[in-house]
Amino acid sequence: MAYGPHTPADRQRMLAALRMDSVDDLFADIPVGLRSSPLRLDPPEPEQLLMRRLDGLAAKNRVDLASFLGAGAYRHFSPPLVDQILLRGEWYTAYTPYQPEVSQGTLQSIYEYESLLAELVGLDVVSASHYDGAAATAEAALMTCRATGRGRVLVSRAVHPHYREVLRTYFHGNGLHFEEIPLAAEGSVAGTTDLAELERRLGDAENPVAGVVLAQPNFYGLLEPMRDASDLVHAAGALFVAVVEPVSLAVLAPPGAYGADIAAGEGQALGIPPQYGGPYLGILACTEPLVRQIPGRLVGMTTDVDGRRAYVMTLQAREQHIRREKAASNICTNQTLLALAASVWLAALGPHGLRDVAALGAARAAELEAALASVGVARVHAGAYLNEFAVRVPNAPAVHRELLERGVLAGLVLAEAVPDEPALADALLVCATEMTTGDDVATFAREIGALLADAGAGAGGSAAAAPVGVTA
Amino acid sequence: MAPPDLRYTKDHEWVRVEGDTATIGVTDFAANQLGDVVFVDLPAVGKAVEQFATFGVVESVKAVSDLYAPLSGEVVAVNGDLGSKPELVNSDPFGDGWMIRVKVGDTTQVDELLDAAGYEKLTAEA
Repeated sequence: MAYGPHTPADRQRMLAALRMDSVDDLFADIPVGLRSSPLRLDPPEPEQLLMRRLDGLAAKNRVDLASFLGAGAYRHFSPPLVDQILLRGEWYTAYTPYQPEVSQGTLQSIYEYESLLAELVGLDVVSASHYDGAAATAEAALMTCRATGRGRVLVSRAVHPHYREVLRTYFHGNGLHFEEIPLAAEGSVAGTTDLAELERRLGDAENPVAGVVLAQPNFYGLLEPMRDASDLVHAAGALFVAVVEPVSLAVLAPPGAYGADIAAGEGQALGIPPQYGGPYLGILACTEPLVRQIPGRLVGMTTDVDGRRAYVMTLQAREQHIRREKAASNICTNQTLLALAASVWLAALGPHGLRDVAALGAARAAELEAALASVGVARVHAGAYLNEFAVRVPNAPAVHRELLERGVLAGLVLAEAVPDEPALADALLVCATEMTTGDDVATFAREIGALLADAGAGAGGSAAAAPVGVTA
Repeated sequence: MAPPDLRYTKDHEWVRVEGDTATIGVTDFAANQLGDVVFVDLPAVGKAVEQFATFGVVESVKAVSDLYAPLSGEVVAVNGDLGSKPELVNSDPFGDGWMIRVKVGDTTQVDELLDAAGYEKLTAEA
């Protein structure tokens, strides 16, 4: 079978049949001013020159850094087995065929993914799969509105700022309303969601709440009182959405254990390398009563006419090719390859391996906290964390820049990520995983300690308190 | 066959009016067109429905269709059996497959519905 794009001869034949002279005639109804101008692209290059250029671009990646950056994307060791399986040609498409049951292998892989994730989150149903954690979180919020017939969603400000940005977009122009719950400011709960404020807003009987979204661990790495929040939410007749980091679920209570109705999250941590712009993997799961509200592919196991095990796409009537504009969402491409990567990674590690990964990250983070404290860099918050936390660093953006020069990626500058949280203006969000070595920790502590000491000496004050006068 | 004591919408719902109470379901024609019904989503008791506006959803193995209320009123009963046995819509659409019971505000709305002969004519053309 010939498989190629339309040749000029093909185009001419089609245009002749349409009695048109050019493809542009097809767009004659669109005013000229609204049509896109030609793309200004560089001229074509031979493949070998193109490869050289791409190699040059790739060489700009800094792979030498001791990295403490997390903030929603986490580095984990991925055994070569994962890539070996992913690179098999049989898998190399994101698409579920429109007659999906002919592709039993594709369906089985999705079924395996859904089964593994259901076990991790402790909920009945997992769909496969969404673009990223932000999209999955926004879909979860929309689900609460459809299921309750209400239009108001409360989202904690301790949910990742990018996710809240995407939520704002999803809630624009559809008559739905979302508002943010502030952080508790002081004491042992500082940096977690203000539950008193949550309760107050849930109490507005005139304006009932559809759903409430909290993250566990939250954006600042802190553990939220999910059970208490869940009870408050359900007492108000609303649904509870937990935004989770899947590796943490090996050691933390899963959403199903504290009564969450929906779990959403970023699946990248499941062995997918952090990469700028993705592709990532959105996790979305729910309880059985919500199954008709969940967007994305659902695969079920059944038996065929001969009694053999078979996989089917199930409850397809929710989806756009049947329900058109009333479908549960416009999701049409699922991230099957990424879901497969997550499944292979989880299967390669096994439940004990996954627990080791989570526990080792937590242990490294505790070492990091102690090492930083020894050079005068203290945590911002007092509450419990798993493997990520915020530290107070005077003049944080400049310190971060200078540390890059010294081979350390010192996490995330919170002043840039959450400029609307003045309490975090001088802070870095740092994380550790099993990839973090003792040497990395020592390097970070040594370099930041030296920087702050220099700055302190220069300003004539104490190292920890003085602003850092780093030269740009 | 459309029972003569019922009235019908063009969207294939039937209604039986007794006093100010109306029982509502979908016709055998609709049930046949849908195929095996697997799920019926109905409003809660106490909810208001409006004539010719959607009040629920019926889902079969191959399609999902909105349900349109033949009359305006308040839902006073919902057929709970359909939760575990949605197939009643196929096996007994005019009987055990009923969907909701509504307390009707304005019974003259019935005049805007088809009678059995009118509905038979509609489905004969379909």
